[in-house]
Amino acid sequence: MSKILASGSIAPDFTLYVTPDQKISLGELKGKPIILAFYPADWSPVCSDQMSFYNEVLPEFRKHHADLLGISVDGPWCHNAFAKSNNIHFPLLSDFQPKGSVSKKYGVYNEKIGASERALFVIDKNGVIAWSYLSPISQNPGADGILDALEKLKC
Amino acid sequence: MATLKVPVTDEDHIQGSVRAPIVLVEYSDYQCRYCAMVYPIVKAIQEHFGQRLCFVFRNFPLSEKHSYAEPAAETAEFAAKHNCFWEMHDLIYVSNQNLDISQLLECARKLNLPVDELKLAIENRTFESKIQSDFLGGVRSGVNGTPTFFINNQRYDGPIDLKGFIYGINFMTASISDKA
Repeated sequence: MSKILASGSIAPDFTLYVTPDQKISLGELKGKPIILAFYPADWSPVCSDQMSFYNEVLPEFRKHHADLLGISVDGPWCHNAFAKSNNIHFPLLSDFQPKGSVSKKYGVYNEKIGASERALFVIDKNGVIAWSYLSPISQNPGADGILDALEKLKC
Repeated sequence: MATLKVPVTDEDHIQGSVRAPIVLVEYSDYQCRYCAMVYPIVKAIQEHFGQRLCFVFRNFPLSEKHSYAEPAAETAEFAAKHNCFWEMHDLIYVSNQNLDISQLLECARKLNLPVDELKLAIENRTFESKIQSDFLGGVRSGVNGTPTFFINNQRYDGPIDLKGFIYGINFMTASISDKA
């Protein structure tokens, strides 16, 4: 696996399906902070806990005017069912075809398991990575690092 | 390792002395089944360590997942205002599997608390700022789900059973025990 993109790097642009018939580009969201949460798989226990947890913390992210995007290699129909089942209120993007291409650009694709690593990025309003974190795959990294990074953006 | 960012104060719900050599802080959701499962384990930990341990409870309702977690936290805070927080805390955990508003009101009746006032407190979210403050303090300390425990300000990531806790507490407070 290549190395996770570090703070100071320009966040690579991407366009991914957010629903089965709708795409979203990172570039469209420029002008406000973006949180990218790469995760290995919908429905897995740790990913379910992590995404459900971010659902609870979403109001805090929004206090910083930040948008959160979840990204995994699952297809949009899978994301659709997962989001409905867990009442997820933020977009889940499909890094599905070509598989893992965006994860690879960010240096967080795990070839062995054929899925994204569990990794977090906070991107500032100018499209520069302000903070990145590669979590042990079996651990829910929580939201403290994200909130610390969002606070520092204001300094 | 994640550390507790919000120190224990008089505003907390505390059993034991804050000067005890072991301070165990739990972030918990009243509707979470794992929190209900750990409830008797916490009692056993308290019994095992006796006065050497101080137990602190903080609210961490996962409201998107559990509709009655916040009302339950309101109910416990309401009870705290009537000096019976721990009695309510215990009653709610015993009712955890069937938790709803009527159960919460029933808990209040059992403790002879004014049920109409509780209804209003739940509706108006009277204690929301205290509950939210607990929640955010937990998030900033690295709480990522429930239940989450801190032993002397360090997050405990070990097994959630009595044996694991006893080992974890002894290990994480070893320097203190050595001095005692």
